[in-house]
Amino acid sequence: MSGERVHAAAAAGSDLRARASEFGLTADEFDRIAAGMGRAPNALEAAMAGALWSEHCGYKNSRPLLRRLPTEGPQVLQGPGENAGVVDLGDGLALAFKMESHNHPSAVEPVQGAATGVGGILRDIFAMGARPIAVLDSLRFGPLEHPRTRYLLHGVVEGIASYGNAVGVPTVGGDLAFHPGYLENPLVNVMALGVLRTEELQSGTVGAPGNRLLYVGSRTGRDGLGGAVFASADLHGGSSEDRPAVQVGDPFLEKQLLEATLAVTAAGVAVGVQDMGAAGLTSSVAEMAHRAGRGVDLDVDAVPRRERGMTPFEVMLSESQERMVLTVEPGREEEVVAILDRYELDHAWIGTVEDHDAFRVLSGGRVVADLPVALVNEPPAYERDHHEDPAVAAARARRPDPQLPDDPGAVLEALVAAPGLASTEPIWRQFDHQVRTDTVVAPGAADAAVLRIKGARQGVAATVDANPRLASLDPYAGAVLSVAEAYRNLSSVGAEPLGVTDNLNFGNPERPTVYHQMVRAVDGLRDACAALGTPVTGGNVSLYNQWRDGDVDRAIPPSPTVGMVGVLPDVRRHATLGLKRAGDRLWLVGEGTDELGGSAYLAHLHGLEEGAPPACDLAREAAVGTVVRRLIQDGFIDTAHDVGEGGLAVAVAEMTFPNDVGAAIDASAGAPTGTRWDAALFGEAPGRIVIAAPPDRSDAIEAALRTAGVPWSVLGRAGGDALVLRLTDPDRTVRRPVARLRSAHEAPIEEALRDG
Amino acid sequence: MSIAVVRFPGSNCDTDVLHALGAVLAHPVHEVAHTDADLGAASAVIVPGGFSYGDHLRAGALAARSPVVAAVAAFAGRGGPVLGICNGFQILTEARLLPGALARNDGLRFVCRDVHLRVERDGPPFLSRTRRGEIVRLPVAHHDGRYVAPTETLDRLEGEGRVALRYVDAEGRRDPEANPNGSDRAIAGVVNEAGNVLGMMPHPERAVEPLLGGDDGLRILGSLVDALAGRAAEAPA
Repeated sequence: MSGERVHAAAAAGSDLRARASEFGLTADEFDRIAAGMGRAPNALEAAMAGALWSEHCGYKNSRPLLRRLPTEGPQVLQGPGENAGVVDLGDGLALAFKMESHNHPSAVEPVQGAATGVGGILRDIFAMGARPIAVLDSLRFGPLEHPRTRYLLHGVVEGIASYGNAVGVPTVGGDLAFHPGYLENPLVNVMALGVLRTEELQSGTVGAPGNRLLYVGSRTGRDGLGGAVFASADLHGGSSEDRPAVQVGDPFLEKQLLEATLAVTAAGVAVGVQDMGAAGLTSSVAEMAHRAGRGVDLDVDAVPRRERGMTPFEVMLSESQERMVLTVEPGREEEVVAILDRYELDHAWIGTVEDHDAFRVLSGGRVVADLPVALVNEPPAYERDHHEDPAVAAARARRPDPQLPDDPGAVLEALVAAPGLASTEPIWRQFDHQVRTDTVVAPGAADAAVLRIKGARQGVAATVDANPRLASLDPYAGAVLSVAEAYRNLSSVGAEPLGVTDNLNFGNPERPTVYHQMVRAVDGLRDACAALGTPVTGGNVSLYNQWRDGDVDRAIPPSPTVGMVGVLPDVRRHATLGLKRAGDRLWLVGEGTDELGGSAYLAHLHGLEEGAPPACDLAREAAVGTVVRRLIQDGFIDTAHDVGEGGLAVAVAEMTFPNDVGAAIDASAGAPTGTRWDAALFGEAPGRIVIAAPPDRSDAIEAALRTAGVPWSVLGRAGGDALVLRLTDPDRTVRRPVARLRSAHEAPIEEALRDG
Repeated sequence: MSIAVVRFPGSNCDTDVLHALGAVLAHPVHEVAHTDADLGAASAVIVPGGFSYGDHLRAGALAARSPVVAAVAAFAGRGGPVLGICNGFQILTEARLLPGALARNDGLRFVCRDVHLRVERDGPPFLSRTRRGEIVRLPVAHHDGRYVAPTETLDRLEGEGRVALRYVDAEGRRDPEANPNGSDRAIAGVVNEAGNVLGMMPHPERAVEPLLGGDDGLRILGSLVDALAGRAAEAPA
């Protein structure tokens, strides 16, 4: 949607309704707005309402589903509805966290798309009064060998690095997966964390009448016009021509904005703080007004601009980056401005809070838009008919029964090098993961990122997880298993899980099969988060992730991405995944498996994406996680790694890499008798964590496992320079040097980046 | 007297340096802004890392022309100890307090990892807690860290013993793999003629606590603190 086209619509007057789709509205929605206003909207009003009612801002397709999610718990200080969720860390400290997508911009211009994704989520964090301490990212691309994937991967990594490194917030972790369903529509989901003192918690509100609205940061330009509507539309053949809808980021300005905002917050001189994200000034001011239940008069002529001749439409809908809105009580203006001046930031007084209930935009002394605050903030919510794609049900119903390969060692070597399992080190080496000197474990060294808080005993842990293969076969199970994996990842570093931020990435919700995926995935999130005691404190919904492939609409795999945070009671007591000492004993906490459905092994070795995802017993998951956390926190173990994609053999291989300490394991440990060796080694059943410790601690560890009532078995022993797998049926021993497995593990992503 | 840490718009390792000196080494520190023409009661100056002025024009180029750097140059001219880390090293070369320049890494990528360094020079004020030939491990995190200088300059630096730190492997050998950015002669840090100004790409302030993976950074920052204590002791009462 371009400015010119909107003005053309305005000129046409009565044609406005017929052109509703240019504002991202249906004709019905246009009528609802007109009814709520008591008259037909003008073009500016229709554009503002259209942006606020877009999926990106208004969640009109997902709100009824999101209401199903558990959002409460004693640890939750701020649930959904603000710029970010906040959980209690104890001792007056709190953690703000949120995840957001920048999928469509990254598809069109990967460097700036990803960079501005980092910038946007950081602003959500410091808008809460929290000092950003870390970024994690969840990235999804098409097949690794495809040139478009290499181009996008290279650009997205460069974008995250250029922005995050410069702004001085470490990128400490994330996850990466490849699937043909993301070829044209990659996913860039960025999660950020920030620490604050509980009493400094901010709200994005306008407060009481008489308060003044202060615009801070970058001047407003014509970039990113209509981005919210763009983000809510299908990618079509001409999308690469949508570049003006992609914003350009300036991490230098963001850093100044961050420091200034936190200085304002610490001084307690602002009533409200709000990031300008999707739909720019329109959504930020509308949301702030709505939270306070007040009206606002905004003088659009006062907004700082980059160029002359910008219309109110362009100013109100611009998505220029690095901008914030502050609400200030009368009498405190000078204190706020003194802080902003110290950081050399542009600012302007752009409006006042009023005793009416409208969002009014004024220009040249005239009211050019007058929208009821409640109307624009409460878009219609659609609950749609849905059904499962029969092909998905059929794939899930098949019982995978692939022919057993000849050589388990060759399978292992192929799997550790498979895209999605291969080392991501060439990526995170490009991210400054240490700045701020709080990063306790480097990316890849443990199942979750671990950060200290200077001056406090506690640490913070975070992870982000999603599995496109499992969710494709069963969105419910995929969501449950992603929550379970996140929970297990936190447990494996010794952190008590506290809360979840979710990013729901799907195709076009108007398609019944896609809406079905959303319903099932949200139900999975609901059940798993409720069972594991990790409420959802906020997140993001990204729909219309699909593209035209010849004559077919291709939707991405259903992608409910789960970001989870936790607290370590004593940050010194944490675990990493690398084996540390020859002679350590290895245990498998949890049961062996005979399930192969949806596994990486089936996909990469047999070209099969079928079968039911492994069953997930959430009570078992909780019990396994709890005992492992306890063993870490009590100082009995310093080595733990969850069994995830690639199964037990890949998990143990990964444990041998960091310190060059090999291992010998009994591959059928804990598995039902008669289990095929491929299922025992590469099946992906949840509820399993491998731990290691010196054998003289065996009695204490095994007593704790028995008391916890979880199944466990001795898996083997650390040592040597090879990974040795002992199979019982047939009776054979497979040996692979650690160095050989590691070089296979490290090569693929490095090569892809070199060619990007 | 305390150590001044200079903060430019876009600096992002300033608080890390303050933490390392103030909290870990328990030495008095204070911050100085880019606009300050006065360093306060500074016993030494640290120019920390980051992206001063967003790396616009060239890394360090704009910061080198700010009022505070004129004060730093005058301080250095009086023999005061000045340590530039990462972007601070870039700034000191742009300000001509140190020879050479820092160019884009040869891999054209930002690189954040631990490196091994051979100490090529010892003694106060920065390297008294190390010995020549010793190997230390510190992190690097930069996009423009490739030290370059004309051959005659490099020869002079070597001849005068002004190369302070060199990228090597864990056994102390020169190896292209161990040189994270392709620096000329694997140079990671150099000093000025008088030896009171050190510029280095690795980050000692990131390696001062075992919890974060190592404390070799204390060899350098601790040397500075020792040197200042020594000076205080020598100073007339």
